Amino acid sequence: MQNIYINPEFEVIRNENRCIKCRVCERQCANEVHSYDADLNLLISDETKCVNCQRCVSLCPTKALKIVKNDCRLRENANWSDSTIKEIYKQASSGGVLLSSMGNPNPLPVYWDKILINASQVTNPPIDPLREPMETKVFLGKKPEKVQRDKNGNLICNTPPQLELSMPVMFSAMSYGSISYNAHASLARAATELGILYNTGEGGLHEDFYCYGKNTIVQVASGRFGVHKDYLEAGAAVEIKMGQGAKPGIGGHLPGAKIVGDVSRTRMIPEGSDAISPAPHHDIYSIEDLRQLVFSLKEATEYQKPIIVKVAAVHNIAAIASGIARSGADIIAIDGFRGGTGAAPTRIRDNVGIPIELALASVDSRLREEGIRNNVSLVVGGSIRSASDVVKAIALGADACYIATAAVLALGCHLCRTCQTGKCNWGIATQNPELVKRLNPDIGSQHLINLMTAWKHEIKELMGGMGINSIEALKGNRLMLRGVGLNDRELSILGISHAGE
Amino acid sequence: MKKVYVDEKWCLGCHLCEYNCAFANSGISNMVKALKNKPIYPRVHIEESDKITYAVSCRHCEDPICVKSCISGALSIKDGVICIDHDKCIGCLTCILVCPYGAVAQGENGVVQKCELCLENSCGSPACVAGCPNNAIIYEER
Amino acid sequence: MKKYVIIGNGVAAAGCIEGIRTQDTASEITVISEENHPVYCRPLISYCLEGKTTIEKMNYREKDYYLNNGCNVLYGKQAIKIDDKHKLVITNSGDEIPYDELCIATGSSPFVPPFPGLETVDKKFSFMTIDDMQALEHAINKNTRVFIVGAGLIGLKCAEGLADRVSEITVCDLADRILSSILDEECAALMQKHLEKHGIKFLLGDSVATFDKNTAKMNSGTDVAFDVLVLAVGVRANTALLKEIGGEVNRGILINDKMQTSIAHIYAAGDCTEGDDISSGQKKVLAILPNAYIQGKCAGINMAGGEAVFDNAIPMNSIGFFGLHAMTAGSYPTKQDGGEVYEEKGDSFIKRLYMKDGFLAGYILIGKVDRAGIYTSLIREKMPLTDIDAAMLKKSPSLAIFLPETRRKKLGGVL
Repeated sequence: MQNIYINPEFEVIRNENRCIKCRVCERQCANEVHSYDADLNLLISDETKCVNCQRCVSLCPTKALKIVKNDCRLRENANWSDSTIKEIYKQASSGGVLLSSMGNPNPLPVYWDKILINASQVTNPPIDPLREPMETKVFLGKKPEKVQRDKNGNLICNTPPQLELSMPVMFSAMSYGSISYNAHASLARAATELGILYNTGEGGLHEDFYCYGKNTIVQVASGRFGVHKDYLEAGAAVEIKMGQGAKPGIGGHLPGAKIVGDVSRTRMIPEGSDAISPAPHHDIYSIEDLRQLVFSLKEATEYQKPIIVKVAAVHNIAAIASGIARSGADIIAIDGFRGGTGAAPTRIRDNVGIPIELALASVDSRLREEGIRNNVSLVVGGSIRSASDVVKAIALGADACYIATAAVLALGCHLCRTCQTGKCNWGIATQNPELVKRLNPDIGSQHLINLMTAWKHEIKELMGGMGINSIEALKGNRLMLRGVGLNDRELSILGISHAGE
Repeated sequence: MKKVYVDEKWCLGCHLCEYNCAFANSGISNMVKALKNKPIYPRVHIEESDKITYAVSCRHCEDPICVKSCISGALSIKDGVICIDHDKCIGCLTCILVCPYGAVAQGENGVVQKCELCLENSCGSPACVAGCPNNAIIYEER
Repeated sequence: MKKYVIIGNGVAAAGCIEGIRTQDTASEITVISEENHPVYCRPLISYCLEGKTTIEKMNYREKDYYLNNGCNVLYGKQAIKIDDKHKLVITNSGDEIPYDELCIATGSSPFVPPFPGLETVDKKFSFMTIDDMQALEHAINKNTRVFIVGAGLIGLKCAEGLADRVSEITVCDLADRILSSILDEECAALMQKHLEKHGIKFLLGDSVATFDKNTAKMNSGTDVAFDVLVLAVGVRANTALLKEIGGEVNRGILINDKMQTSIAHIYAAGDCTEGDDISSGQKKVLAILPNAYIQGKCAGINMAGGEAVFDNAIPMNSIGFFGLHAMTAGSYPTKQDGGEVYEEKGDSFIKRLYMKDGFLAGYILIGKVDRAGIYTSLIREKMPLTDIDAAMLKKSPSLAIFLPETRRKKLGGVL
């Protein structure tokens, strides 16, 4: 059957005046876009294979390359966009579900960008973080309602297990399998160095990384891959993954081709078998069922580790969170609809779930209203892109943020959004040893440390400007936020005033 | 003494080191002008076998057989760096005959050339190291 | 304080000076130099003829070398006798130079067979020293016909050096091929073809019966007319000084791996010696510059009380003519000798690897010589072929032939 021809999305423009035929582009492109023709003494491009990952552009020593959007477009149509039509062609040719990676790229509202942060002027002094102490440390876990004392007036210390973070950011779940060994090594080393945590995702924990256990959150997902006693005991906390922002309501599918060697061993499934995570946990159909798993895990870890329940931000998230807060979980992680993924059906990624900003505000409000906010800490993720997003999230009520896309960007990801092919030219979302080695964890971990160090400085500056000297004092302090260009409904959900009010 | 070391675990075989080397030693300030449309004569070479790649350049041996063997007195040790006086070298290739690393090679004009850690050119420190995208080549004391 | 004396002022002597100075920076070193030149690169005389270098650039070491190294050089003096009882060296001018440690680095001299009628030849030269080279240079012009007796390394380098400066060069050799000491027939033929392309004529398997002024009558009956004669038949190690006092001498002065001769406090280094060739297991005169320097340095260290051995000498040569390079090393055991030969060849290259008893014993490379040192090191280090990738070894010399750990160690990488 003849496929419908689809014009390549990108055009490779090679400046022949600059090209020195070093062939670095050819050697570095796992998609085999570039090839050298000895007869012509020219490098030629097969643009149908280009994903615009910018590897060649980055490494070209004479900067002779650029990748541009192919301007050969279908006739303009506000309803039938070029990409919509091409997706039709693809499906007409393949009969398959469209797959995509990373977060929702569509122009849906980004509430962070419509929220502005306060600063002190005249009536209250700002704080200069370079001169005065500023606390970015946070503790995650169930907090006692009030101070308790015994008969003799001594403090009763029965605080449930807590996670201590040097700053309110953690690296969120990315499984070994969906990302490479070296990506995991980078995350683990950086988290340890930074005094924060990273998350194994649902693929188990490679034995080489048990040494970073104090800075590791081990995840238990519906496929239960790689879950065993030592694994649960290795981490500082256990996370039950109920859902993921990029693909709420569906499970996961890591193709058998990626289940090789250590990945297969770590996941405890045979080489070459597809790793299918079911959409639900088959033992969880209610909050009561969830509670059973929470306490099973607490039993397994002797009540020494906080249990996190991670859910995708969906319509009735406030009620769901309320249930989780009563399930015995210590921390709720909520993943917004712009969260990334190694592979998800495009329609789900782009149309299911709600923005994290609204979910966070409504969950925080609901838990406060119900008087159970101290039952749990709130961690939010799903496209936290900067220190200001972190500050806004904290002010909206989060205890900490999860970042993953920002972290992989620091590792070199260029957001080409083709993780599902397994041919990541940056050595991140791949298991091909030739590609995996492109990410040297010495560099990767340093970049992550640099990024977090920079954010920490910025968080301090932003807090100082508001006259606030600790994350604790900023938490849920929505007075520090104002909306711009938001309607009354949005402002009311966010629990903030409009700018000027 | 600081030397150039390679860690084959991280070498991607991209060959950028060879081009950066040839450029650094060209004496020309523009890479395109220096390298376009001509064969390059780098002082570092990528070896490839069985999907393993690594860069090889002069090890700056403490007891260098190339210096001992040089029939023209062109090779010498200066502060631990094995240097070549291109003016004295007559291209007999005895150094190629004896170097156990295969790190000496014939240059453009028949005389031999070898890594001098970019101490003799305008870079000041090894260009292969600075340009390696994956820290596979390291300049350090061991 | 010790008194060091070195007889000779070549590369072995320089090695000896530098060896002594690694141990002893104070004591005086006396160098007896027959030639009136500071140490120079003797093999470069042909390149000087060719214009690729100059007398000045041929200096082996910097200008103040002897001063910097505390050496007293007696130029133009010849050691004529060693008195090992009183530890004295006696020179041709009657000086008696006392030594505590002595190094003989007298090199070799051209061997001139007693050709009948040789005395009738007016312009005849050897080609060993700067003085030889300058004398030859004075004798030639664009129209000179040069006849070189001997198609060995010296004769042919001389031919190359003269090629663009004279009208005609003929080289004869008793052997049926050129470079007979290092190349076999096929390799020699390839090299010969290349030399012939550059105008050198050969008379091989032939020798001079008699000379008659400007004509050589060959044994084959041919007459060769020439203007200038260069005698490059061969060299003999200068061993007399030691032989006279009963030291052990064969074709060269016999030395052990510390460069000691059979007489106490007397060392020897360079072309005058005969030591072990580990590639063949035989005693040989390995008259090549690298060995001279290494032996000299080893002798120097031991003379000054240090500990050094040089126990992995092998014959090796890198020689090029008109851009075609040949490299050879080790010995060439054939099938009859129980060896195995790997060969690759084309119009302009030959590669031959000789393996025996699980080791690389030697090689001949012509045309493609890149990275040959890796092969040389396998011979020198006696690396068992079982420890390396022998198939890859044959393909090309690279560090990929080694086991990963060996290679990482070699490259100083992370282990």
